[in-house]
Amino acid sequence: MNSSEQPEMFSLEAVRAGDPSEFAKLIEAYSGPIYRLALRMLNNPQDAEDILQETFLKAYRHMGSFDGRSKISTWLYRIATNEALMHLRRKHPEAISIDEPGDPADEEQAPLQIVDWCCLPEEELLSAEGRVLLDRAVDTLPHRLRVVFLLRDIEGLSTRETADVLGLSENAVKTRLSRARLRLREQLSTYYAERIRGEEDGK
Amino acid sequence: MENKHDHKKCRDLLGSLSEYVDGTLDDSLCLELERHMLDCENCRIVVDTLRKTIILYRANAEPVEIPGDVRQRLYQRLNMQDFIDPQGS
Repeated sequence: MNSSEQPEMFSLEAVRAGDPSEFAKLIEAYSGPIYRLALRMLNNPQDAEDILQETFLKAYRHMGSFDGRSKISTWLYRIATNEALMHLRRKHPEAISIDEPGDPADEEQAPLQIVDWCCLPEEELLSAEGRVLLDRAVDTLPHRLRVVFLLRDIEGLSTRETADVLGLSENAVKTRLSRARLRLREQLSTYYAERIRGEEDGK
Repeated sequence: MENKHDHKKCRDLLGSLSEYVDGTLDDSLCLELERHMLDCENCRIVVDTLRKTIILYRANAEPVEIPGDVRQRLYQRLNMQDFIDPQGS
């Protein structure tokens, strides 16, 4: 689950020296997470594939400039998120940059759905339908919240690593993560509240 | 069952819930929140469902492999067709 916790299965020296068979190991280790990140950021398989290719192409060309101070996964995530954000800006020039604070669309929203749905069985929450709901809810998040949520809770990066990838302060990462999670909780609650109500009515 | 959640204290503590669930909230705020939750069922439910939300997303984030054709084209683009490991496809 946490790609940042994967043991490195390749020799960094060999990768940096341009050894393609070692670079192939890097691809095998990280192409999955990078593709998933791009897919969830852009919500389009063709665009995600472009980002995947650009990321590894840039990494291959610039491997020599990787200074080893951050994890190689962090470096790859940084290239991929930059590519994806550039893509979004090209497609939606009105979209706001990732580091600008204070878009009202990102603000904290008070919880409205107060229904305890934790009791629902896991096989229902993680059914095919449940998984579609999880993905759809992420797609509704504003990009600046979404990318933080994806890096922290889906890719398993730490607050520090996420801050590094996005060039944000750790506090900004925490705030955006909090807002993203609360919005997702709200959406899941709306859905499962209806489900619970339906079950009660059916009795 | 569905109460409008508008107590001032709840609102003040809202921004702390995410860090509370992560176990990284500082001690004094943590104590304040836990004391508040003793009397506030709404906040207890929000915390429980917030925690559950995160657990579900993490459980859903299984290791992923890229589709075979996407992988093929990635190696082609990199001019590395010779290095595709057939085991991985």
